[in-house]
Amino acid sequence: MNQQSGNGHEIVIRVQNLVTRFDYTVIHDDLNLDVRKGEILGVVGGSGAGKSVLLKIIIGLLKPSSGTVEINGQAQAGLTSDELAAERRRWGVLFQDGALFSALTVAQNIQVPLREHFNLSQNLMDEIAALKISMVGLSPEAGAKYPSDLSGGMRKRAGLARALALDPALLLLDEPTAGLDPIGAADFDRLIVELKEALGLTVFLVTHDLDTLHAVCDRIAVLVDKRVIVVGTIADLLEYNHPWVEEYFKGPRARAANISVA
Amino acid sequence: MATILDNSAWIEIGGRGPEKEISFGGIWTVFHAGDVEDRLMEAVQLRGEPVVLDLEKVERMDTLGAWLIYRLSRDLRLKRVDTRFRGVSDEYKLLIERVGANDRPCEMAPPRRNSILTLLEDVGLGTLNSLVRLSELLGFLGLIITRLAGAFRQPQRIRVTSLVYHIEQVGLRALPIVGLISFLIGAVMVNQSAIQLRLYGAEVLVVDMLAISILRELGILLTAIIVAGRSGSAFTAQIGSMMLREEVDAMETIGLNPIDVLVLPRFLALLVVMPLLTFYADVAGILGGGLMAWAQLDMSPAVFLQFFQEAVPDIRTFWVGVIKAVFFAVVIGVSGCFEGLSVSGSAESVGQRTTQSVVQSIFLIIVLDALLAIFFTAVGW
Repeated sequence: MNQQSGNGHEIVIRVQNLVTRFDYTVIHDDLNLDVRKGEILGVVGGSGAGKSVLLKIIIGLLKPSSGTVEINGQAQAGLTSDELAAERRRWGVLFQDGALFSALTVAQNIQVPLREHFNLSQNLMDEIAALKISMVGLSPEAGAKYPSDLSGGMRKRAGLARALALDPALLLLDEPTAGLDPIGAADFDRLIVELKEALGLTVFLVTHDLDTLHAVCDRIAVLVDKRVIVVGTIADLLEYNHPWVEEYFKGPRARAANISVA
Repeated sequence: MATILDNSAWIEIGGRGPEKEISFGGIWTVFHAGDVEDRLMEAVQLRGEPVVLDLEKVERMDTLGAWLIYRLSRDLRLKRVDTRFRGVSDEYKLLIERVGANDRPCEMAPPRRNSILTLLEDVGLGTLNSLVRLSELLGFLGLIITRLAGAFRQPQRIRVTSLVYHIEQVGLRALPIVGLISFLIGAVMVNQSAIQLRLYGAEVLVVDMLAISILRELGILLTAIIVAGRSGSAFTAQIGSMMLREEVDAMETIGLNPIDVLVLPRFLALLVVMPLLTFYADVAGILGGGLMAWAQLDMSPAVFLQFFQEAVPDIRTFWVGVIKAVFFAVVIGVSGCFEGLSVSGSAESVGQRTTQSVVQSIFLIIVLDALLAIFFTAVGW
């Protein structure tokens, strides 16, 4: 059921001719994007370019004005709410600040999707929570803590653990390193790559962070002027001739992140 | 094999010769793990002979499936049963190893405490907190009065634009709701008491009852409760969200005093508006009662007014309500602004503080009302 793109890659997310309008403000105009199986795709763009809106459209929290979103070859628009709910169990989403449920401990947060969808023993759910907590690099004490007692970096890790609770093949991350200090951000970058390798994930991430792009992403999509103007590796983008792209990848911050023009 | 179902995980315990064999098959993911939990419990009971774990027929596996298989082999080994794997693909092997590497104990919930002790502690803390809060509120009232007193020397501390804005918000915009509620309560009072008083042939006393209860108690109480719910909560939410966005901190660094900028206009607006609203509520309530008397008892407005004058020969009855209005204005202003300035941390705190502000205002209003009622009776008003 997976479709192939022109050059033989299996496509997990396919966005076609997407138009998004809020009242009279056009956010996306004829946007196209493919995410290949097993890659980490980063989406960059200026503030207010519609990156997070794109993510929300892909996961179905917002409806596009026109255009289609297909995930694993399945057009999302045609699904009933039950089908969509079943589809959603196959993806994990990490929101900006983790979006943990504040009334539950970290371990309970991770168990929410398990408890909701499956009939597993409490013992097994506890083991799964412990496993995920360990996999995202949280300390064993973190399981019993409430989100308000965690630092920003720990909240993101806990959010990631919850996103991974159902072992999704597709992971969508909204600004995974925003608000983390450089060391925490680098750790998180490494974690994403490790998990992707270990679990064979496809990752779609929205970011501002040049270091993340450099360290993590297989390909980068640039969202400028209401559409994805180019998708490619950093090397490809350095060649690309567009003022915003040049400013972004050749500016002082890019140099600091070692995305140097050789 | 009866255990095989389509699209499911299965496990078979068999064995030939000296070795037991456990074969796994199907889809070992979170979607199907529930199917095999019980069977796994059986497998764990094996003892004695060496066991081969055969994964040849596993079609798909995720971390949960890997965990279940890893856990079985771990538990068997702990019981000194020799185990080895067979037919494990590299991919599964990696997954099982990864899962094993992350097999660490983890705390699930905060430690439970003795519930009787917790109850006692909660009661103690609650009592202590309410005393502390009362003293904090009094301290805050003192702070407001100090700033207000200073405003006599520096009149520019009073921000006129802001004051007028809040007078409009708290007063003018509350007119419809205060008027309607007082009107209806006045009408209901007459309607209900007329039925009771008729039993004694004392319908005329309806007017006395209406006049005294509206002027002394109901007009001001209704007004105060509506304003506490409408404006006290709004003050807390407005100031609270400014606290969250660090606007108040910014004010202080620029050299503005948050009490002058945020609290005084709101506080003064309440002091101006509450007596006026009370007068308005009195009028609306008596109007409602009068109309009901006309409709139900056939008492013409002229007769009603004459009885009314006899019922309230002394303007002091009216002043009782208006004087209370000033006290209640202070309660609502202090409570609303104090709770707003106490917001910290998250947006959740704004909600908690807003609830707290309204509950606290209404509680204090009613307690104060009772005390003032005793006081006014004692001094013969």
